[in-house]
Amino acid sequence: MNLPATVIRLGQVEYASALRLQRRLMAARQSDSIDDHLLLLSHPEVVTLGRPSSRRYLKVSEETLKRRGVDVVEAGRGGEITFHGPGQIVVYPILKLQGPERDLHQHLRRLEQLGLEVCRCFGIKGKTIPSKTGVWVGDAKIAAIGVRASSWVTYHGIAINRTKNLEGFDWMVPCGLDGTRATSLESLLGRQPASEDVENAVIEAFSSIFARTVSEKPAAPLLRELQESSAKEELSNA
Amino acid sequence: MTTDVIMPQMGESVTEGTITVWYKKVGDWVEKDEPLLLITTDKVDADVPSPASGYLNNIAFPEGDTVDIDTVIARLGSEENGSSTATPTGSTAIIAEEREGESTTAPPSIPVPSGQSSAFEAGAGVEQLRRTRSSPLVRKMAAAEGVDIAELTGTGVSGRVTKSDLQDYLKQGPPRKAAPTQERAPSPVRENRYAYQPIASDRLEPFTPMRAQIADHMVISRETSVHVTTVFEVDMTRVSKLRAKHKSAYEAKGAKLSFMPFILSAVTKAIRAYPVLNSALVDRSIAYRQDVNIGMAVAVDWGLLVPVIRHADEKSLIGLSRSVQDLAERARDRKLTADDLQGGTFTVTNPGVFGSLFGTPIINQPQVAILCVGTITKRPVVTDDDAIAIRHMMYLSLSFDHRVIDGATGDRFMKTVKDGLENFSEGLI
Repeated sequence: MNLPATVIRLGQVEYASALRLQRRLMAARQSDSIDDHLLLLSHPEVVTLGRPSSRRYLKVSEETLKRRGVDVVEAGRGGEITFHGPGQIVVYPILKLQGPERDLHQHLRRLEQLGLEVCRCFGIKGKTIPSKTGVWVGDAKIAAIGVRASSWVTYHGIAINRTKNLEGFDWMVPCGLDGTRATSLESLLGRQPASEDVENAVIEAFSSIFARTVSEKPAAPLLRELQESSAKEELSNA
Repeated sequence: MTTDVIMPQMGESVTEGTITVWYKKVGDWVEKDEPLLLITTDKVDADVPSPASGYLNNIAFPEGDTVDIDTVIARLGSEENGSSTATPTGSTAIIAEEREGESTTAPPSIPVPSGQSSAFEAGAGVEQLRRTRSSPLVRKMAAAEGVDIAELTGTGVSGRVTKSDLQDYLKQGPPRKAAPTQERAPSPVRENRYAYQPIASDRLEPFTPMRAQIADHMVISRETSVHVTTVFEVDMTRVSKLRAKHKSAYEAKGAKLSFMPFILSAVTKAIRAYPVLNSALVDRSIAYRQDVNIGMAVAVDWGLLVPVIRHADEKSLIGLSRSVQDLAERARDRKLTADDLQGGTFTVTNPGVFGSLFGTPIINQPQVAILCVGTITKRPVVTDDDAIAIRHMMYLSLSFDHRVIDGATGDRFMKTVKDGLENFSEGLI
């Protein structure tokens, strides 16, 4: 009875490209030309804003970040401000919510469950805090959540901190919540779990929590398409 | 042909949404299913598609406003019409119809800043606008009372005559209309010309949804109820002794015997004697509420919550103890459900825990009274036989809505609470 979902591990993708890809898949999902998708990836260092007004939570200037090669991108999702870096596993479920799934808070709760389940796979006891959506271990945040929905198709999702290089969170008031500290699987385990292991845990948790039958597809065609489209964009800009 | 745009319910637990972006402005054409606005709830942004094709004739709530589900937030029309006269997003005229009983919750009206009404006067006459823009309810009430709405000074948006205008008019009679002192803003978000202008060194912290809700509720309550407060002094020596005597027996049963259950027990009995304290106002009637559900104000790190003890009058002292403990704990652990916070008929607040002697609290709408418990301290007291004794004394204050409750009734109620506490029956423990 489970709906099918295509899982794609994209590796490291620039935030802006990944956002373009998400929007394309979202539109395709709206018109039912594709199945639900689960994208697993990481981003080079980037600061993303839920809304333009989330800028007020930046603690360093955008010029300073630019000099470091870090972009500040408006993501157009719920949630305030966050950091993405190579040490994260970013999870973007592009799902058409149907029937009883049509509950945006339920979608957030399921993403939290997914984060908790991944923690559990590594022997870490996470928790959720009402009105502070995300996954927490003690008073530190291990996974941040932000979602966008359009005609009941979701995109964006959850970013799980895998490695302990989290200084990007020092540039901001993460999620606009004062005093929020970030933690990671590595900080808590004392060793760095492999990306693949974390991804496997995510896929398994996703399948059971979101009740989808998953099948994995190679990333190459999507990445190629992405390159072509960005090349085209560059041409049209020139 | 017009179509209302409603704040959609985006899930079972989603009761409101914040309007984040209007993609269209008043006067724009929008296609059916085209994204019309972006709303935010928790950490989700969601596009709301247009329910029909048409001109966006009205936007009732500006960006940044949080609106209850099922509220009309905009209106589409087949013609590009009237109110599009250069009304910028954020200060547009109103379309949501006044609904019964809504005045105490989300205020659908946005006051028009002074000077803006001229835009309307240029078009249709003001009287005309008053007539046509007053809600059907007000028009019906006016017709029933034989009042011509055009005779009234409206305080609603663009001079619209509201239900309370009509009620005031009926109360006061016709001759006093239009006195400048009678001018009164209809909504808690009226302009404040004394407002502080922040400077660069200030740290600006936007309202959390809870803070916004508390702020609106306080203003609405002050504007709705006629608050008066009476203060009584209660000798709690007997209750203190009873508490000391039975505390450990309660602990053995896993219940904490604080002063609160004693006070709640005395309050429910006094409510039974004076049921108007457990009422609500509905237009020109008093609704005597049959359940006694007592709200208990709990201070939490992030604001204030008022969970409700249902059927408090049917509970024993140990039952009340358990409820108090359970609700306070769950409030602080953020484990209260929406149900826990609804349906209160009377409220007790206890600033005494912070050392306050007595307070003059604001009524929790739509209730008509709130009891405030002061700190209990040992004081020298002149006893009936003219001796001086050390007694455990406490002030109780009651704020009540003087529209419904007369001073004598409020005081008799308080006397009953006082007697109930000073002569607390050990049989109830």
